[in-house]
Amino acid sequence: MEQYFGKAVKRVEDPRFLTGSGQYTDDLSLPRMAHVAMVRTPFAHARIRRIDTAQALEHPGVVAVITGQALRDANIGSIPPGWLLPDIKTPPHYAIAVDRVRHAGEIVAAVIAESRAIAEDAALLVDVEYEMLPAVSLGSAALASGAPAVHDEAIENVCFRWSIGDQAAVDAEFDRAAKTVKLSLRNSRLAPNAIEPRASLAQYVRASDELTLWTTSQNPHIHRLILAAFVLGIPEHKLRVISPDVGGGFGSKIFQYPEEVIVLYAARKLNRPVKWTARRTESFVSDSHGRDHESEAELAADDEGHVLALRVKTIANLGAYLTLFGPVVPTYLYGTLMNGPYRFRAIHCAVTGVFTHTAPVDALRGAGRPEATYLLERMMDRMAQELGQDPAELRRKNFIQPDAFPYQTPVALVYDSGNYEPALDKALTTLDYKRAREAQAALRKEGRYLGIGFSTYLEACGLAPSSLVGSLGAQAGQWESALVRVMPTGKVEVFTGAHSHGQGHETAFAQIVADDLQIPMDDVVIVHGDTAKVPFGWGSYGSRSAAVGASALKMALNKIRDKAAGIAAHLLEAAPEDVEMTGGQLHVKGVPERGKSFSDIALQAHLAHNLPEGMEPGLEATHFYDPKNFVYPFGTHVAVVEVDPETGRVTLQRYVAVDDCGPLINPMIAEGQVHGGIAHGVGQALLEHALYDEQGQFVAGSFLEYAMPRADDLPLFEIDHTVTPSPHNPLGVKGIGETGTIASTAAVANAVIDALGPFGITHLDMPFTAENVWRAIQGGKKAVA
Amino acid sequence: MYPSAFGYYRAASVQEAVALLGEHPDAKLLAGGHSLIPAMKLRLATPSALVDLGSVAELRGIRQQGETIVIGAMTPHREIEYSTELAKTCPILPEAAAVIGDPLVRNRGTIGGSLAHADPAADFPACVLALGGTLTIQGTAGGRTVEAADFFQDMFATALQPGEVLTEIQVPARQPGVGMAYEKFAHPASRYAIVGVAAVVRMNRSVCEEARVAMTGATSKPTRLTKLEAALAGKPLDEATLKATCVNVVSPDGLLGDHTASATFRAHLTDVFAKRALQRAAERSTSR
Ligand SMILES: Cc1cc2nc3c(=O)[nH]c(=O)nc-3n(C[C@H](O)[C@H](O)[C@H](O)COP(=O)(O)OP(=O)(O)OC[C@H]3O[C@@H](n4cnc5c(N)ncnc54)[C@H](O)[C@@H]3O)c2cc1C
Repeated sequence: MEQYFGKAVKRVEDPRFLTGSGQYTDDLSLPRMAHVAMVRTPFAHARIRRIDTAQALEHPGVVAVITGQALRDANIGSIPPGWLLPDIKTPPHYAIAVDRVRHAGEIVAAVIAESRAIAEDAALLVDVEYEMLPAVSLGSAALASGAPAVHDEAIENVCFRWSIGDQAAVDAEFDRAAKTVKLSLRNSRLAPNAIEPRASLAQYVRASDELTLWTTSQNPHIHRLILAAFVLGIPEHKLRVISPDVGGGFGSKIFQYPEEVIVLYAARKLNRPVKWTARRTESFVSDSHGRDHESEAELAADDEGHVLALRVKTIANLGAYLTLFGPVVPTYLYGTLMNGPYRFRAIHCAVTGVFTHTAPVDALRGAGRPEATYLLERMMDRMAQELGQDPAELRRKNFIQPDAFPYQTPVALVYDSGNYEPALDKALTTLDYKRAREAQAALRKEGRYLGIGFSTYLEACGLAPSSLVGSLGAQAGQWESALVRVMPTGKVEVFTGAHSHGQGHETAFAQIVADDLQIPMDDVVIVHGDTAKVPFGWGSYGSRSAAVGASALKMALNKIRDKAAGIAAHLLEAAPEDVEMTGGQLHVKGVPERGKSFSDIALQAHLAHNLPEGMEPGLEATHFYDPKNFVYPFGTHVAVVEVDPETGRVTLQRYVAVDDCGPLINPMIAEGQVHGGIAHGVGQALLEHALYDEQGQFVAGSFLEYAMPRADDLPLFEIDHTVTPSPHNPLGVKGIGETGTIASTAAVANAVIDALGPFGITHLDMPFTAENVWRAIQGGKKAVA
Repeated sequence: MYPSAFGYYRAASVQEAVALLGEHPDAKLLAGGHSLIPAMKLRLATPSALVDLGSVAELRGIRQQGETIVIGAMTPHREIEYSTELAKTCPILPEAAAVIGDPLVRNRGTIGGSLAHADPAADFPACVLALGGTLTIQGTAGGRTVEAADFFQDMFATALQPGEVLTEIQVPARQPGVGMAYEKFAHPASRYAIVGVAAVVRMNRSVCEEARVAMTGATSKPTRLTKLEAALAGKPLDEATLKATCVNVVSPDGLLGDHTASATFRAHLTDVFAKRALQRAAERSTSR
């Protein structure tokens, strides 16, 4: 039989995507469907004095205008966060603002009409009288005394104060450290910009009192649970959530959004299907954003460069409202990652989560881990610079050694496995590090400024043991489900609680099934994204599909194989333990010529004419897999940049990535994930910035202003892998969906700072736009040739 | 992105376009649509109707009349970029065309649309100004010709009157000893010019007889750098001259600025790109 695991099988979903025959939410159209245009406030903070909808309602073709008060009157609830921390403030988040708006882009009314164009025309006729209030957009400014309050219940705009690690132990290490370095760092805010804008379509069937929501979701079951039970207050079985083809999420499609509540409410109220699709300008101000930290960090080391302790204080801007994972991203997905792949004696990380008059901030590809990696890897470089040591070698001497696993860090995590030096060595060889440094030195004499930057990252993904996350405040489990249903002809349907929005599960998961049941991949179909078909599952984010979702699948397949072996043994008159599967046949060990194919067994299981005593008919198995630990991908990324000192323009010249995500199910898909991830992280370092001005206006609200990385901004990536399996899941796999983003921002940042070394620059905040770099050069010392 | 409702008319000739504009006073001409349609989607433009010039064959093409190159207003950027004729007779235009937006934009966008729209960050306006081009305009009252220097009046404002169609652009064919180059610092998102400098120099041996240098991106309309031009006349365009003259070419006061590039930075970039454009223009003046 052909072995599929490890093969670069072409993606089965691509023909439909490449020929434009994918079915995205906006492609769907239902009879009598009405359309919504949202009226969004242009102001960051204002009191709503009056909303006059009369003119809009008179506009021909308008069906209804919905206000926040109407939703309150109908007892539509607030959208709750999914993670709680001690003493956290959770002010309500209503789908439509009632009396106050708290960020530019917040919805104040929804206009429903026969067409979207009519709805947009009428939206301009909704007359809202605002009383302007002062706004604050920067986390540290929101904490300052006298800052305008976002929510009356959050004193000084503090949502939570959280910390991890042993502060006294850190202080003691700092007292005796030979070297300490300190940096203030800002981690810039990003907009997610999935290529498919968010969209939602709701349908109500009065006869059964059932609602169906097609929506751009990474996790339809979470949507159903929260929207039904917490927001609409209807029985969970009266809402079906379908997430059809989804064009990218990057975290932004995890959360339950106001627009979803609005279409559900309107569909039921009007007894008509109601659809909304975000205009791109709406996406910029209403998708949840990512990052936005202000940090103070101090690193202590001995005089040889062995790191001792790390002290971090971070202000995390949460935006105006808490969304699903808002509280956990800058805490448990951030502070716990501060150890990286290094041997620290003590770490302390304190985070203040702050409300501001900006769009909510939540998970964005990497979610907390890119922020931690950026900070830690910048600090490692700063220390290397301070000690006059090579940044690669400083990292090497601090690596946790391969025999030290499982490894308990000072910030709660226990690393399951790791072997960090081979990845570093591979990256150095690929780069030809010595030559690269020589070239850098030679070019400096010609007035050219190259920089080489490292990121020897480590991340924790594959969320996560449910009891662990429960103890940390999660209002959710983090296991995953798989249902394998074998049909009488031996064709296999797999229902997974994981969700694919670009990751290629229909291919990778089918490879696993085909191998295990020794059937062609064409005989397998992977079904996901429909609460009416798929058993409850928690969806895809945090690089959990392979480690958790595919593990669930593997365990369900084991059950299928066991049952199939039992049937085969019965038919072959042998003991089940004497039956094995080779070449697509189940047969008695050593007697391959007398065997039964998997489809023979499937048929027998369904006919049930001759099954072992007591065995149930059918061939179907479900498994709910709760992981024992996170998985810990790691690797070394190296960026080489050139800075034009006249213009400040940074060009990325080379990019080397060596990642370890355990065994690769499909190397081509993994490579694609690495490519996209790197581009995403490079985008943050060099180009992207979801910037608000001091009045809370979003200043880069279109692709004319917001710079996404494009192919010609990037070199050809040089990528490679090492393979260190995770010891605790049945496939040994780890996540690869976020590593590129987690690693690359820091690598590029370190390369830029390295290039600027001759100007006496030791730190500069992202994004490294031409003007930022040019100004730093102007302010820095003159270069010495 | 939903524009307000509008009517649509397709003109078969310039004459018909002029007539349609006369009938529909709030109508706008549609060329490549790559500036107009985005503005309509954002409802920054709300024309009652569009008069599409896409089928007006007489407006498209590049030809030479004696010492003058004539380019039809509806000639797409891509055709200019790949014109082997222009590569010889007016290489600054293909060079500028090649750095406009991306291939999709260049396939649809037209030189006439670019000049008529007069976006302060567009590339062609500075080139046509540095070349000393003229523009031909048709209206109900007949045709007229306007110098590039008089055509551009302000941000998105030109000498075009309501009801008029820009039909042709004339630029002089390159003479021996003339060199030209366009250098641009592109906005990382839009790829429009943050600063662009077009330089056209006439050299006699290695001395500059005349330099025409125009900038775009940082000024409300394409602007000649007259102080710099004067400083260059009669000088060799060597490293020493350029280093000495391309300094504080423009004052940041009154320049455009935003969060991507402040006025100060744009003033600095003008020095850098003026120097780079002049350097290459001088090098090219010796080619035949
Ligand atoms: C993503 C993107 C990137 C871009 N990047 C650049 C860039 O880097 N550099 C650059 O210079 N440009 C850039 N552009 C603009 C592009 O070049 C436009 O196509 C051009 O500016 C307008 O030309 P058009 O043919 O599309 O005109 P249209 O959009 O059709 O029209 C623009 C305006 O001119 C008027 N008009 C058009 N033709 C005539 C005529 N013959 N007579 C009178 N009035 C007329 C129209 O009524 C309208 O008001 C970019 C555009 C996009 C969408």
